Amino acid sequence: MFGSGIIRGLGVTLKRTVTTFTDDVKRVPSRYINSIDTPAGKILQQPPEVQGLFTIQYPEEKRQIPENFRFIPMLVYEEDTGKQRCTACGICSKVCPSQCIWIVRDQTKEGKPIPRPKEFYIDASICMSCGLCAEFCPFDSIKMNHDYELAVYDRFPSLILDLEELSVPTSYYAALYPTAWQEEQEAKRIKEERKRARAKKAAEAKAKKAAAAKAKGETKAEAKPRPKPRPRKEQKDKGADES
Amino acid sequence: MAEETVAVKSLPYADAVPGAVLDADEHSVIVDRDKLIDFALYLRNEEGYDFLSSLHAVDYLGYPGRTAEDRFEVVYVLFNTKKGGDELMMKVRLPEDDPELPSVILVWPGADLQEREAWDLFGIKFKGHPRLRRILLWEGFHGHPMRKDWKEAYYEADHKPFKSRWPEGHYRWSEDRAPWGDNVNYPQGWDPAKFTPPAPPMPKIHERPAPEGGEKIETDVIVVNMGPQHPSTHGVFRMIAALDGETVVGLEPEMGYLHRNHEKIGERNTWIMNIPFTDRLDYLSSMSNNLGYVLAVEKMLGDKAKPPERAEYLRVIMAELTRIQNHLWTIGFLLNDLGAFFTPALYTIEERELILDLFEAVSGSRMMCNYMRFGGVRRDVTDDWLKTARELVFNRLPRKVDEFDRYLTKSEIVLERTIGVGYLSAEDAIATSMSGPMLRGSGVPYDVRKARPYSIYDRFDWDIVTNDGCDVYARYLVRLGEIRQSIRIVQQALDQIPEGPIMNKKPAYSFRVPKGDAYAAVEAPKGELGFYVVSDGSDNPWRYHVRAPSYINLTSLEHMSIGYKVADLIVILGAIDIVLGETDR
Repeated sequence: MFGSGIIRGLGVTLKRTVTTFTDDVKRVPSRYINSIDTPAGKILQQPPEVQGLFTIQYPEEKRQIPENFRFIPMLVYEEDTGKQRCTACGICSKVCPSQCIWIVRDQTKEGKPIPRPKEFYIDASICMSCGLCAEFCPFDSIKMNHDYELAVYDRFPSLILDLEELSVPTSYYAALYPTAWQEEQEAKRIKEERKRARAKKAAEAKAKKAAAAKAKGETKAEAKPRPKPRPRKEQKDKGADES
Repeated sequence: MAEETVAVKSLPYADAVPGAVLDADEHSVIVDRDKLIDFALYLRNEEGYDFLSSLHAVDYLGYPGRTAEDRFEVVYVLFNTKKGGDELMMKVRLPEDDPELPSVILVWPGADLQEREAWDLFGIKFKGHPRLRRILLWEGFHGHPMRKDWKEAYYEADHKPFKSRWPEGHYRWSEDRAPWGDNVNYPQGWDPAKFTPPAPPMPKIHERPAPEGGEKIETDVIVVNMGPQHPSTHGVFRMIAALDGETVVGLEPEMGYLHRNHEKIGERNTWIMNIPFTDRLDYLSSMSNNLGYVLAVEKMLGDKAKPPERAEYLRVIMAELTRIQNHLWTIGFLLNDLGAFFTPALYTIEERELILDLFEAVSGSRMMCNYMRFGGVRRDVTDDWLKTARELVFNRLPRKVDEFDRYLTKSEIVLERTIGVGYLSAEDAIATSMSGPMLRGSGVPYDVRKARPYSIYDRFDWDIVTNDGCDVYARYLVRLGEIRQSIRIVQQALDQIPEGPIMNKKPAYSFRVPKGDAYAAVEAPKGELGFYVVSDGSDNPWRYHVRAPSYINLTSLEHMSIGYKVADLIVILGAIDIVLGETDR
């Protein structure tokens, strides 16, 4: 019958319309499942079970951003010491496809390089948010920020982010990247544990040696104790931390 | 590759066309330009190489081992759509002072736009091409920008990373470098005051059929400009249409408004920097673009860059999800072009959003995914991700595709507007190098995933969707069918995905690629997406060419549109499914 296809199609439209309204009159429409209420408005997830309307009423409502979301990079500094993690090694500026990262490495008065940035710029107007800088940063210093509301009235200089604008404390990073942060802490903990274990082992070995020496004769044990030897590996680790 | 020469060389096809093949290696033959046409005809007629996949040029100025005598090289990548098999690369070398060779447009009409591009960007003349005009740049542009000795306005250095960024990276606002001050080179003897812009190209007027049973009325042809600022052209694409009443009698596509010389940027970049740039080609399906580029470079890196199993599965899952969301988008907007203002489009976009959510969770961005790496993928998926993907692919998407089917396929308005519109026969489709749903919508069962399986597509059970309709409706049905097939592939991949690493080794930000060249093609949602890369053994590609399906699919636009009404023109263009980021590059 001519027109049956159109009628069937209209049936689909009608069903969608009805679903939208029936979904909306529920106390919690399906698009608000698992949403978070904040003073600024709701933060929504979009589960694949959503029926009815999909629209998120931005800016009153916002989407929940996944942890791996990337926007403009940020620089993480240690909150307790205030020390930048960045060592100005320059890898991020070398890998950046749009070459929007400028780094001036700090140096002493004699011109010896110090592993920290003196100046650090990211041109947010040409940054393509690819995340390669964060991917290849060996010091976990550069990370991708989630703050996507970056509109300004002029490009220059508002969108040239300098060291001060880019720096964020570790707590900020931990809040944005809970999983990555936990992994990082875990790795740090394991590393420290290993360090401690090694130190303990070394101490035990020393004590054993001392005990053996004691057994041999009292005179030797009274000798002036040598400074605690540090395993070479540990020294290397420590060196890497400092550099 | 190229340096491997057999001691006693027996040149292929030496008997067929004597003296045509000058040299050969594993995957390519070097052809004498004077015998090019004879040899091309032989390849097409006798060997069955009926599909000119890609035609591009390379500038070897300063490449080790090359001189001015063989500075330019034009590469023809050929396929046999009947028998399948690997590609055949045919190369013609040209001297610096006389870069001219015969056009193959009569052998493979698909060379049309590609030869114009090679002329535009390299200044290589194709003798016998009926309209060898600039295509991506404007008439009046000085120089040929893909030549190695051409420098762009903000030129800093030949290769990234630029030295000025570190360790003394004092910020400089690039506009302050005043490109229009001392950086501008006027051509010799050129006076800006006397410059008159060249006249816009006028379409070739095809003969107008006489009305049935009536005498032909003498009417004027009206030239109508559609675009570049028009939503129906899916971006900044311009069609100069000649109309007789409402009938299209001539059409000239104009493009290049979004041209940024992607390929030149690609040569400046290091290998890894190009991955995020490929996202910006066809911005609706960045995962497929990533995959194509990564495969081309992996081909050159050899076995050491082979990705682990889990990464292969992730690549297939991502590429097929990309196809689903791209086709959803296309179907929705095809209906928009038919005049169904946004209701069908928004229905399909809803499902697309959910797929983009998955992309965002794993890659960090919805559209600019930047996900594939040489030898693996960027990030592993979590169990939650897999759960959501399963819910979507096993439950929601099949249901929704059925709903679209019910909604649109049998609708009389859709039938009326699309059946018989934009006719393109199978022979024409192959000849004009159509690919993807355009080719399969003309009944040619040619899919790169089956013809030359890449990645792990040979492991899955799926069918090529074809339709003999040769019209817009057939293309719509092919896309709908392909969504279903892609869902099948993703379902299997999600069932089979193994545990394991996702990178074969720790990714490096800078590495060297062995000398040589490689062409790798994937079946992107729009068609065959090929990447041709040449390396001189350094950190940067020597040449980086994109065989953009939505560019080459425009070759037959004029042919498809003549004789239809002006309203159909929009639908015909919409069914090609172009994305201007890729068309203009």
